Amino acid sequence: MALLEIDRLQTHFGTPDGVVRAVEGVSFNIEEGETVAVVGESGCGKSVTAMSILGLVPQPPARIAGAIRFAGRNLLDLPESEMRKLRGNDIGMIFQEPMSSLNPVLMVGRQIGETLRLHQRLSRRAAESRAIELLDLVGIPEARRRVREYPYQLSGGMRQRVMIAIALACNPRLLIADEPTTALDVTIQAQILDLMRDLKHRLGSAIMLITHDLGVVAEMAERVVVMYAGRKVEEAAAGDIFANPQHPYTRGLLGAVPKLGCSLEHSERSTLAEIPGLVPSLRKPIVGCAFAGRCPKATQLCRELAPAVEEKAPHHQVACHFAERKFPT
Amino acid sequence: MSGPLLEVRNLKKHFPLQGGLFGSVTGYVHAVDGVSFTINRGETLSLVGESGCGKSTVGRCILRLTEPTAGEVLLDGQRIDHLSPGALRPLRQRIQIVFQDPFSSLNPRMRVGDIIAEPIINFGLANNKNEVEDRVSGLMDRVRLPRDAMRRHPHEFSGGQRQRVGIARALAPGPDLIICDEAVSALDVSVKAQIVNLLAALQDELGLALLFISHDLAIVEHVTHRVAVMYLGKIVEISDRRTLFASPQHPYTRALLSAVPVPDPSVRRDRIVLRGDVPSPINPPPGCRFHTRCPFVFDPCRTAAPSLRPIGKTEQLVACHLSSDAAFGQSNAAQLQTAAASKNAPLHGQKRD
Amino acid sequence: MTTPQDVAVADALPALFPTVRQRGRIAIFIRRHPTIVVGGAFLLALLLIAVFAPWLGTVDPTALAPARRTRPPSAQYWFGTDMLGRDVYSRVLFGTRVSLFVGFSVAILASTIGLLIGIIAGFVRPLDTILMRVMDGLMAIPGILLAIALMALTRGSVANVIIAISVSQIPQVARLVRSGVLTLREQPYVEAAIASGTRLPKILWLHVVPNALAPLAVQATFICAAAMITEATLSFLGAGTPPSIPSWGNIMAEGRAIWQVKPYIVFFPAIFLTITVLAVNMLGDGMRDALDPRLAKSI
Repeated sequence: MALLEIDRLQTHFGTPDGVVRAVEGVSFNIEEGETVAVVGESGCGKSVTAMSILGLVPQPPARIAGAIRFAGRNLLDLPESEMRKLRGNDIGMIFQEPMSSLNPVLMVGRQIGETLRLHQRLSRRAAESRAIELLDLVGIPEARRRVREYPYQLSGGMRQRVMIAIALACNPRLLIADEPTTALDVTIQAQILDLMRDLKHRLGSAIMLITHDLGVVAEMAERVVVMYAGRKVEEAAAGDIFANPQHPYTRGLLGAVPKLGCSLEHSERSTLAEIPGLVPSLRKPIVGCAFAGRCPKATQLCRELAPAVEEKAPHHQVACHFAERKFPT
Repeated sequence: MSGPLLEVRNLKKHFPLQGGLFGSVTGYVHAVDGVSFTINRGETLSLVGESGCGKSTVGRCILRLTEPTAGEVLLDGQRIDHLSPGALRPLRQRIQIVFQDPFSSLNPRMRVGDIIAEPIINFGLANNKNEVEDRVSGLMDRVRLPRDAMRRHPHEFSGGQRQRVGIARALAPGPDLIICDEAVSALDVSVKAQIVNLLAALQDELGLALLFISHDLAIVEHVTHRVAVMYLGKIVEISDRRTLFASPQHPYTRALLSAVPVPDPSVRRDRIVLRGDVPSPINPPPGCRFHTRCPFVFDPCRTAAPSLRPIGKTEQLVACHLSSDAAFGQSNAAQLQTAAASKNAPLHGQKRD
Repeated sequence: MTTPQDVAVADALPALFPTVRQRGRIAIFIRRHPTIVVGGAFLLALLLIAVFAPWLGTVDPTALAPARRTRPPSAQYWFGTDMLGRDVYSRVLFGTRVSLFVGFSVAILASTIGLLIGIIAGFVRPLDTILMRVMDGLMAIPGILLAIALMALTRGSVANVIIAISVSQIPQVARLVRSGVLTLREQPYVEAAIASGTRLPKILWLHVVPNALAPLAVQATFICAAAMITEATLSFLGAGTPPSIPSWGNIMAEGRAIWQVKPYIVFFPAIFLTITVLAVNMLGDGMRDALDPRLAKSI
């Protein structure tokens, strides 16, 4: 049994303008201790998937169907009180904007301690010494002094470290990181990615990493789920995704990413591969393949029938009618 | 006409910090502290650096959206930094800007056609309504916007389409230079590629010069001819694209390049992870501003600020004591050895076997 | 291009929301902004009452009939008669005119002047301090006291009431507009306009004013409601609309002495005032929600 099993998850939002189908039938698993990256562009449903797992999507206006099984329990059936026990304890979370995720009027030590006191019933004193340990763990110098500081006194990178400390406070089995480095500068991003990798080895939590940055994916992930317009279009081991992408969208995405070092190969400036056109509206039901409108290979078949997510090679799932089946014989 | 299109000499911008009961000036943010560079016709110069390094302020000072504290800005050899707003106005036709945020850079209450027409009308580039409309549709074709977009409002478009509108507006007065202030940073990968290619195509067609302000080194490598790297208000290295990416000299440039995640898990790189955070521009460190984080720091760095000096006979300018012969003599041998060893490490990574 | 031999088609997924039939634009508007519709409907009804007051079964609201004093509501006198025998129904209906006229006039006057002051303060830095300190000074005095003081200096007339209330409302508008202008002038599209050679007056007219109007329109409805209450209060205190003109404040003032025995004289104008203020506030609330881009953008 996998740690997290997402089975045909649908998250739809009812708005006065119609139904927004933010997530439409997404299934994937995360094993114990594994890092899975969920990749896609804005509006592809990757963040809504994470919020659905955490039970942070308000219903109404949303409605959720399918199943999200965490350690065998379907989270969609749990009452809010049970979810609250789970969040921050078994499932930790890190968000993009460390400033707005921290309470500006509480000292950082208190904020880490709150989680511990709530979930592990530690005393105030024990919580504080654990908070210092955690700040130390996430590489904040002078942790003893920093626990008594307020978020505004910390830099962006330090705040994200505090967020990680809070997320890790209760040794969660799953850590959901939604664009954890997007708001940070590259040199700080490098620090945070190093930290996350290091902590993962030490603590063994599974990580669901949500990002649009394929560079971050390549550095962190073991397995990759590519999403497009609320659907999973491809899933494979990270090496496979980069070396052997099968879905035309994944290929387009990889081609469109500028790569460092291109000036060594071409002395002239080079054009980037484009994916023509725009993402389809999620307000209208999509008939056929969601990518058909932008796909260079699309045929009448693609426009009429949505492809199933199929295992086209060992541990490599693709939702494309034209992806070749490659199984070793 | 010979000489550079735009020249910036020793540009400074210090923002006063007001505090206390009576709003007296308590200090200055040294956002830009003595920046010089030139841009030639038809050339792209990229200004790269992390947030707060002052790269956007440089662009705003050139356009006088912010008044520079000191220094000179010359357009075709003519100083424009001290002109009155009235005298500057006709010259604004020649320098335009494209902003980062495709949502706040277009007036939500105006139609796309009117947004693009505004500079045409301001500079009297058309004699009547029909001419304005012709020019607007010509520009929309240029940036590959559908014609029916003219009568619609910005909120009806996606980020990429809006950025095309912003580019069309910048092209409208027929400028020689466009300042792209993080113009593609807010866009999704696939759309970003579209806009980057569009900018490059427009540059080739129209002979535009671009000042490309960005924090994204991979994008910069694709679009630029020359690169200037900024750190805490100063340029630390400036050179042509190939030299900079192939043999970066300043330790900061090297760290910056090595920090960019490469979208290929089979590539293994030795990363220079910088310790700590960028110091505050209110009290920048003495000497070399990078010395607090530099892995190769030695005594002269803490006291003397290095100036931009050419490396050998190339046009690569670097502001680092390690790159100047004078300083080499003073530093201790062991430090230099480690420095040299790390400098020779492959930067762009090697394929794993 | 090869056609795949066996096509695997994705399973059909259930629809989580029932399919909604296509509605007209009006139906969508009502569904999305019920407060605007209800508030607007009430306000429209009151406007019609004000305009058509003479044709709605009213008699001369100032006609005295001492013989029929303080009659209770009946088929002939729907709202009864007051101490001078005047028909309260007719007086309340004609009073609608005064209330709405004062409310709308103050909203327009205060918004216009406040807009001008706010824009000047936001764009002309040297004048900012002076203008805003004057506004602060005005704001320090409670609006109703300021209006009473101003009324004490002048003759009681509807026009003077409007001016007195407007003066007390202008500072709030000016503050609102100034803070809006300070944000707007930093907007990239305003900077792009500067870079495109747009002159200051055109920037104000094209880029700043239209974008400052949305919050101002909301504020104007609240000012309108506040002005109607202030007018009624002033009239009630005898410092407002002259007694010769029937206004809700006047009617209530006249009914005050005997309200314990003849409560209807106070009751009916009070109900009308309450409904009117409620309608205007609902309209304002609805407009704020409709115009707030943050609410509109979420999902």
